[in-house]
Amino acid sequence: MAVCVAVIAKENYPLYIRSVPTENELKFHYMVHTSLDVVDEKISAMGKTLVDQRELYLGLLYGYVTNSKVKFVMVVDSSNTALRDNEIRSMFRKLHNSYTDVMCNPFYNPGDHIQSRAFDNMVTSMMMQVC
Amino acid sequence: MDAPEEPLPPVIYTMENKPIVTCAGDQNLFTSIYPTLSQQLPREPMEWRRSYGRAPKMIHLESNFVQFKEELLPKEGNKALLTFPFLHIYWTECCDTEVYKATVKDDLTKWQNVLKAHSSVDWLIVVVENDAKKKNKTNILPRTSIVDKIRNDFCNKQSDRCIVLSDPLKDSSRTQESWNAFLTKLRTLLLMSFTKNLGKFEDDMRTLREKRTEPGWSFCEYFMVQEELAFVFEMLQQFEDALVQYDELDALFSQYVVNFGAGDGANWLTFFCQPVKSWNGLILRKPIDMEKRELIQRQEATLLDLRSYLFARQCTLLLFLQRPWEVAQRALELLHSCVQELKLLEVSVPPGALDCWVFLSCLEVLQRIEGCCDRMQIDSNIAHTVGLWSYATEKLKSLGYLCGLVSEKGPNSEDLNRTVDLLSGLGAERPETANTAQSPYKKLKEALSSVEAFEKHYLDLSHATIEMYTSIGRIRSAKFVGKDLAEFYMRKKSPQKAETYLQGALKNYLAEGWALPITHTRKQLAECQKHLGQIENYLQTSSLLASDHYLTEEERKYFCQEILNFASQHSDSPGHKVVLPMHSFAHLRDLRFTPSNAVVHVGGILSVEITVCSQMPVPVHVEQIAINVHFSIEKNSYRKTAEWLTKHKTSNGIINFPMETLPFSTSQNSLPALELYEMFERSPSDNSLNTTGIICKNVHMLLRRQESSSALDTPSGVALEEGAHVLKCGGVTLEPGANTVMFRTQAKEPGTYTLRQLCASAGPVYFVLPHLYPLAQYDVYSQEPQLHVEPLADSLLAGIPQKVKFTVTTGHYTVKNGDSLQLSNVEAMLILCHAENRAVIYSNTRAPATGVESNMLGMTEAQRKHKDTQKAGHYMATMDHKVSIECPWSIYSTVIALTFSVPFRTTHAVLSAGTRKYIQVCVQNLSELDFHLSDSDLVDTRDGTDLQLLPLNTTSRQHIYSQQSVFFVWELMWTQEPPPSLHGRFSMGFRPASEEQLSISLKPYTYEFQLENFFTLYNVKAEILPPVGTELCRTGSLCALEVSITRLSDLLEVDRDEALTESDEYFSTKLMYEVVDNSSNWAVCGKSSGVISMPVVAQATHRVHMEVMPLFAGYLPLPDVRLFKYLPHHSAHSSQLDADSWIENDSLSVDKHVDDQLDSSSSKSRGSVHSAASTEHKGLPMPRLQALPPGQVFNSSTSMQILVIPSKDDHVLEVSVT
Repeated sequence: MAVCVAVIAKENYPLYIRSVPTENELKFHYMVHTSLDVVDEKISAMGKTLVDQRELYLGLLYGYVTNSKVKFVMVVDSSNTALRDNEIRSMFRKLHNSYTDVMCNPFYNPGDHIQSRAFDNMVTSMMMQVC
Repeated sequence: MDAPEEPLPPVIYTMENKPIVTCAGDQNLFTSIYPTLSQQLPREPMEWRRSYGRAPKMIHLESNFVQFKEELLPKEGNKALLTFPFLHIYWTECCDTEVYKATVKDDLTKWQNVLKAHSSVDWLIVVVENDAKKKNKTNILPRTSIVDKIRNDFCNKQSDRCIVLSDPLKDSSRTQESWNAFLTKLRTLLLMSFTKNLGKFEDDMRTLREKRTEPGWSFCEYFMVQEELAFVFEMLQQFEDALVQYDELDALFSQYVVNFGAGDGANWLTFFCQPVKSWNGLILRKPIDMEKRELIQRQEATLLDLRSYLFARQCTLLLFLQRPWEVAQRALELLHSCVQELKLLEVSVPPGALDCWVFLSCLEVLQRIEGCCDRMQIDSNIAHTVGLWSYATEKLKSLGYLCGLVSEKGPNSEDLNRTVDLLSGLGAERPETANTAQSPYKKLKEALSSVEAFEKHYLDLSHATIEMYTSIGRIRSAKFVGKDLAEFYMRKKSPQKAETYLQGALKNYLAEGWALPITHTRKQLAECQKHLGQIENYLQTSSLLASDHYLTEEERKYFCQEILNFASQHSDSPGHKVVLPMHSFAHLRDLRFTPSNAVVHVGGILSVEITVCSQMPVPVHVEQIAINVHFSIEKNSYRKTAEWLTKHKTSNGIINFPMETLPFSTSQNSLPALELYEMFERSPSDNSLNTTGIICKNVHMLLRRQESSSALDTPSGVALEEGAHVLKCGGVTLEPGANTVMFRTQAKEPGTYTLRQLCASAGPVYFVLPHLYPLAQYDVYSQEPQLHVEPLADSLLAGIPQKVKFTVTTGHYTVKNGDSLQLSNVEAMLILCHAENRAVIYSNTRAPATGVESNMLGMTEAQRKHKDTQKAGHYMATMDHKVSIECPWSIYSTVIALTFSVPFRTTHAVLSAGTRKYIQVCVQNLSELDFHLSDSDLVDTRDGTDLQLLPLNTTSRQHIYSQQSVFFVWELMWTQEPPPSLHGRFSMGFRPASEEQLSISLKPYTYEFQLENFFTLYNVKAEILPPVGTELCRTGSLCALEVSITRLSDLLEVDRDEALTESDEYFSTKLMYEVVDNSSNWAVCGKSSGVISMPVVAQATHRVHMEVMPLFAGYLPLPDVRLFKYLPHHSAHSSQLDADSWIENDSLSVDKHVDDQLDSSSSKSRGSVHSAASTEHKGLPMPRLQALPPGQVFNSSTSMQILVIPSKDDHVLEVSVT
């Protein structure tokens, strides 16, 4: 259902980005990068009480920000309109939990590109999952 | 206001819609009242209580008053609400019963019946009272009677349905009151009617909606019904409620589309799936688009028609609600979802049709918003509208590409056909925009008409969008649009315009580290630069791309080949250099110096081995790799190097270079880690801690401006340094991955060499690494020859052979065959040279290769022996001996002082036993070595033969351990008159215990001393006798102390002094005795001292009697008796002697005070032992006391003890334990 999942560092460089199908990878990179404009805007506008926002401009694109200002951006196929807000939320929560696990890994340097098989598998499951 | 007489259209679709109220009865009367009524009715708001728990609202009521006709009443099943008459009023001013009965009553009945037939219960009868009329009539019934009658006839239980309006056209308080009552009634009834009728309508509507799963259900029908409700709310100015109706319709429709996508299709929906034939965009300038509404009503609307109409209505209501920004936002969502829905429903759309529709719609929405807001508002709400701008730009771009307006040659016939088709789908321009110059329709038509017009419109839009994005800080979006624009320019063959946008976008991606966009943009930039002929920039970009792992192998090879081609083509044109940064081409991984400490002697060979990781996909042959070296002459370069070495700890000589400038990791995460060190600052005086802290050693790396990292990509950041010192390595082929390159150099001038730049060149292309960090340096030194002489042990000892090391550091001097060191030494120090001892040469790697024989650094060992002839000191005495060395490299001789320590300390003492004399010599070993002592001997150096020294020592070899002492004793014998003095010389052989056999004989150790006045002249004897009649002494009882002083010899030379008096060949001397008991055992009663005149004759005895009292019981030592020479007062050496010092010196118990005794007696300079030490000047002319030399008095009662028993009456026994 998700076609692209990205984890973006506080400084706006990608920690992790993966998309299906792979031939459109570049498009998704551009899309996610451009969407940071809106995410940034929302973060600065909403301050701390930021939970979840949707931005429909670039296709269907969802953002999520952790307390440490790490951003999760998820692009979903907009033809799959059956996707509800709370499903998106639960996907983000899953993503967040998995990201927390990555951070807990003592061999992971915060700020490095995420190369974790567990995280990979989780993202794959989110992309495969059919609602 | 419409006059009631005017014929009314059946449906009014204007905003002037008002709820309809019919008027029956006296039309003239109503006409006269109407102005006041229509003015007064909306003046005051009325609370409208709503059903279904909806919040009550205050509402200003207005009405459209029309003449009552039966056709106005809705027929059964008519769902029209707008034309629904909400209230029916019957007007009459009848005040005459007759008239009432004749006409009015019938009229009323008829009216009532019509209403009843249509089951309308919302009616009101107004009776207008007019005083003027009343006056005209004479036989008037009371006014009330008519009203009562009407109420009686018609208002069955509803008496409030008939109301009186008094004198409506007058200006009196009564009129006012009457009006108020009437208006309140009217409003209440109107609202009641609304509630009732709308409620009923909503119920019906809901019922209809519930049937939506039934086969025959039609969305369009339902749409019309619910819209009716929306109209009424709009009519009542309840825009919020009206909007809710449309939103519900919107949601319902969307849900159906979604369900359709999920396979759950409704029949009616297939109707919306008909191919799109018209794409003329949204129409927002009319409140209601009747054309589209009719299409919906006729169930002929396409999806776009429905969506357009729905959105137009929502837009109108939102604008009423002063929410233009929501319009913009909803529009964007609508446009996206429409495109999506068409896809979902698989509606066939001609290519470009949707682009037209979206483009027109975007502009329409924007123009509509601009039409109702001022510039200020628009500028502050760009964030809401910019999305539409951007979307319009995007769509225009794709239209341009589609219609061949972007290509260089212009559109071909196929493109033109497509354009015509697209334009035909727009239809004719709508009348409401026909007169405006900038309508979306005209814009699109113009843009598609020619290449130039398209360019103008596209650029206008793009620039506007970029500007807006930039102004609200959405830089990334602005760059993205800019990149589209760059693509456009590239298509139009204006790369110079494209470059700025590409660079801008690239910078942005680099700053945030987005690898894929970087690669993509860079590829575009490469093409652009190639077109522009920016050779350096192109090659630089190419090198970056060639090393980019996100590209395919073929692409990388292509870009690599581009560089190589350039290099080979221009290899014959010297002078022109293309300088590119190294980091994209290759990465310097490490650097290794040989020798590893990177310090080399002048003329020595230094090699530098670097590991370079080539990032190129293919092997690259470079003509030369060079390291530019900066040379600086520095004093003390050797020390600096040592410091540098310890600092960097490159024990193996390897310096590792971090991967600092990866092409895409220039973002913040690639900053080096903090290098923190603790710091202590101590005060120089007492080494106490002054300050402590933490220093960050790489601040310059961390606090660098962020832009500077991206500046690496600009060629201006790299300059080729030309220096005199260059390490070169030619003809290297760099394979992909790690390569090792070796540089060799011969060190020339001494100084510090810092490796600055690494440069690889292929033809005119130079890849330059401008700075090497961490710093890599090597040092070349040149040193003066030096000679060091040092003992092998901690210190040199006098008297034994020891080894000394000669170290010659030749430095720049080359040792020739036959060179020698000439040593000149003092006699006291012998140099022992053994034949087998040769200078050993340790060859050194730093040796310059001048010849095999040249011994650069050698060690010469020599044995030497030093015999100390000096008198022993009190401590480990030291002495320096200088050696002068002639070195072949210098005309001056080197003087070196060697310090030797004397291992022994020797003291002597005279011991007496009556007149017999003994000499004791104590030898103390102060060194760390053990020695064997042998052949100890003591001789009188004077020729006096009458003196004989009889050794009492063992003759065998003795062992003296470190830090221990050995004693030797001789008895002094003489035959004739004893000499006044003795000059003794003690000697003994010694050798280290560790070396058993020595090849050479060592000189003995000697010690010389002088003794004077050592013959015993007086014998002092003390005796204590118990009181007469008792056997033992008792405490507390007086005892007799008898002291006898006996002269043992006749007049001797030593007696001739001031105390001696001569009378008639008879000599006598004056002596003073003193009885002192330091231990307080005795109390001396009476005189304890006295002066006696002693005849200087052998065996002359003087006795003194005294009384003493024992204070304690037990064996008590006798009190001391001291003897002094009593000198007359006129003596120049007046001295008062300290009693304490006398005690010690009188005593013969030398063992107790060995050190003191030795100290005071061993020095040659102390002939008259105590006089010098105790000279103390007194101003008064007093007789002086002079101590007798220690050997002259023999106390024969020393150490004697006497038993004292306690007195009988003493009951207290004191026990003291010591």
